[in-house]
Amino acid sequence: MKIAATFRTAGRALLRNKLRSLLTALGIIIGVGAVIAMTSIGAGAKSQVESQIASLGDNVIIVISGSTTRSGINTGWGSAGTLTVEDADAILREAQGVAAVSKGVRKPMRIAAGNQNWFTTVQGESPSYFDVRKWPFSFGEGFTERDVIAAAKVCVVGNTIAKQIFGSAEAALGQTMRVKNVPFTIVGVLVAKGNNFMGQDQDDVVIMPYTSAMKRISGDKKLRLITIKAENTESLAIAQQQIAGVLRERHGIRPGQDDDFTVRSQEDIAQAATATTKVMTILLAAIASVSLLVGGIGIMNIMLVSVTERTREIGLRLAIGAHGRDVLMQFLIEAATISLLGGIVGILLGVGISQLLSARFDWPTLISPASIVIAFLFSGAVGVFFGFYPARKAAALDPIDALRHE
Amino acid sequence: MKPIIELSDLHKVYRSDGADVHAVRGVSLSINAGEFVAVMGASGSGKSTLMNIIGCLDRPTGGTYNLDGIDVARLSKDELADIRNRKVGFVFQGFHLLARTTALENVELPLLYSKPEISARQQRERAMEVLKQVGLQDREDHRPNQLSGGQQQRVAIARALVNRPTLILADEPTGNLDSRTSVEIMGLFQQLNDHGITIVMVTHEADIAAYTKRNVVMFDGTVLSDRPVEKRLHADVELARLIAFQKAELSPSLAVTP
Ligand SMILES: Nc1ncnc2c1ncn2[C@@H]1O[C@H](COP(=O)(O)OP(=O)(O)OP(=O)(O)O)[C@@H](O)[C@H]1O
Ligand SMILES: [Mg+2]
Repeated sequence: MKIAATFRTAGRALLRNKLRSLLTALGIIIGVGAVIAMTSIGAGAKSQVESQIASLGDNVIIVISGSTTRSGINTGWGSAGTLTVEDADAILREAQGVAAVSKGVRKPMRIAAGNQNWFTTVQGESPSYFDVRKWPFSFGEGFTERDVIAAAKVCVVGNTIAKQIFGSAEAALGQTMRVKNVPFTIVGVLVAKGNNFMGQDQDDVVIMPYTSAMKRISGDKKLRLITIKAENTESLAIAQQQIAGVLRERHGIRPGQDDDFTVRSQEDIAQAATATTKVMTILLAAIASVSLLVGGIGIMNIMLVSVTERTREIGLRLAIGAHGRDVLMQFLIEAATISLLGGIVGILLGVGISQLLSARFDWPTLISPASIVIAFLFSGAVGVFFGFYPARKAAALDPIDALRHE
Repeated sequence: MKPIIELSDLHKVYRSDGADVHAVRGVSLSINAGEFVAVMGASGSGKSTLMNIIGCLDRPTGGTYNLDGIDVARLSKDELADIRNRKVGFVFQGFHLLARTTALENVELPLLYSKPEISARQQRERAMEVLKQVGLQDREDHRPNQLSGGQQQRVAIARALVNRPTLILADEPTGNLDSRTSVEIMGLFQQLNDHGITIVMVTHEADIAAYTKRNVVMFDGTVLSDRPVEKRLHADVELARLIAFQKAELSPSLAVTP
């Protein structure tokens, strides 16, 4: 029997019970819609995290004082640092593959300008920091090596600070701001970067020469972290090893002893962060797949009812010369047609839901063409899989028994 | 002449959950090409069972059946299906038309399963041709529920004819029809038979059997008698008589009505 004729027969059989076909397809529509919407949420979250990690800069390595357990929990944050200014200089001098180094200190601090007050993080860095993090200025520019030597009372502010205290980025430039009652002149305003992957606002920051931060603000003698730029992606792994080697030697750590610092590349951070979103995506897709499974069972149920109802029709077709295979194909194509049409509508529904979520609730969603193709093929497969048993049952009927069926 | 149907010591036992039913018990029968046979007998005597076996719809439980010289017992399920499709046109007891499907599509149905495949246009043409042959050319778009019993029966006959079979098997083709429509159907069969098609037909009614050439009477699963028809009726003659008779009956009543 011709495939076109089989499709025509299947279409006619489905149109004969419009409401029933619609309700059966609804199971698939909801299932496919859910899969599309859920995976778009997962993929959206993943791409958001990826872009946030990219906002760290290119080929960035971070050295944090204190050791880190295998699960990634840093025990040294906030405790007195083990990294020194000389360590950072040694890294730049001795480690291969390192292009730039920025010496970092951190201090949560209340800042004031006029009658405005703001609680933020004061960050001390080297002038190279803005290049390492690929962070351009919207107004003004960064501080210089001279400022570092002089521990100058200059600073750079993030976009959030500029807006909150001075109303706009432009207005902040050249203004004076008191940190621990020391007046600092704002020489640059940074371009907004948004949240990092942990949900913190990266623009809520005041950055000054590390010498200024150490001498005038925190009184720390040690560094909290060193931000390093590797020469290129290929040298990232070597640089990471070399940095650890330099630091172990300088800190006198013997083989077998634990490091008192942690070296993390951007890739390590990315892996940890995307692992979380991956788990989330799988979980969402699994939940959605259950509804697709339920939709498939719905198809099987209706096809079984349909085979029973149409036993006489099947008997007649067999009696006038249809082979079992012809009947099998007829019912398989019927099941596949329901589920493919349901799949198409489900894809539209899923795309609609995901667009609604991002438009109304600002959720990051991402629909990949691959997920649409997979959903379409999968819905067809569901139809064939769940339609097979009823179709085989129909094909195996005896023509005489089927014709006699009441 | 070489027999198209050759049954020897044919048996059929239905095994249902309770007792076995011995529906056909030792039938030997030979039917030549071009014959027109009526199978008669009381209800439950095994006529339909025998027809189903002859039509390759069912298999005997004993004895042999040669169709066109081929032992049917040796054929596979699919080979039997092909025989039903090509060689045999079956008119079922109770028409078995597909509901909500037009007359034309009902007639096309066997062509759907023909090998080699037939183009959609050719299917249509051939279905139209046989619908015309049974006098239903203006009813092609009607569904079974829009057709009279006689018209439905004619669609069923057209469906049996569409694949140009050499053998037509009809199980009570006039069972639910009035006498005039019955005669019309018999006229159609006589025409087909005149064109060389072999016809085996089950009927209860002796006056219908009189249109055939040979009457086989069954009793309790066996052949009771098998003899040629001596005073054969001709449908066109009978039909003309019937029409004249009906007119005569109707006209006085028409005159009375104001
Ligand atoms: N599928 C079946 N299972 C069990 N017994 C059956 C089956 N089909 C027919 N029979 C029995 O076989 C016998 C013959 O049945 P069959 O249908 O051949 O009779 P028939 O001569 O065609 O009768 P009718 O004139 O009423 O159509 C009956 O006793 C019937 O009960
Ligand atoms: Mg019968």
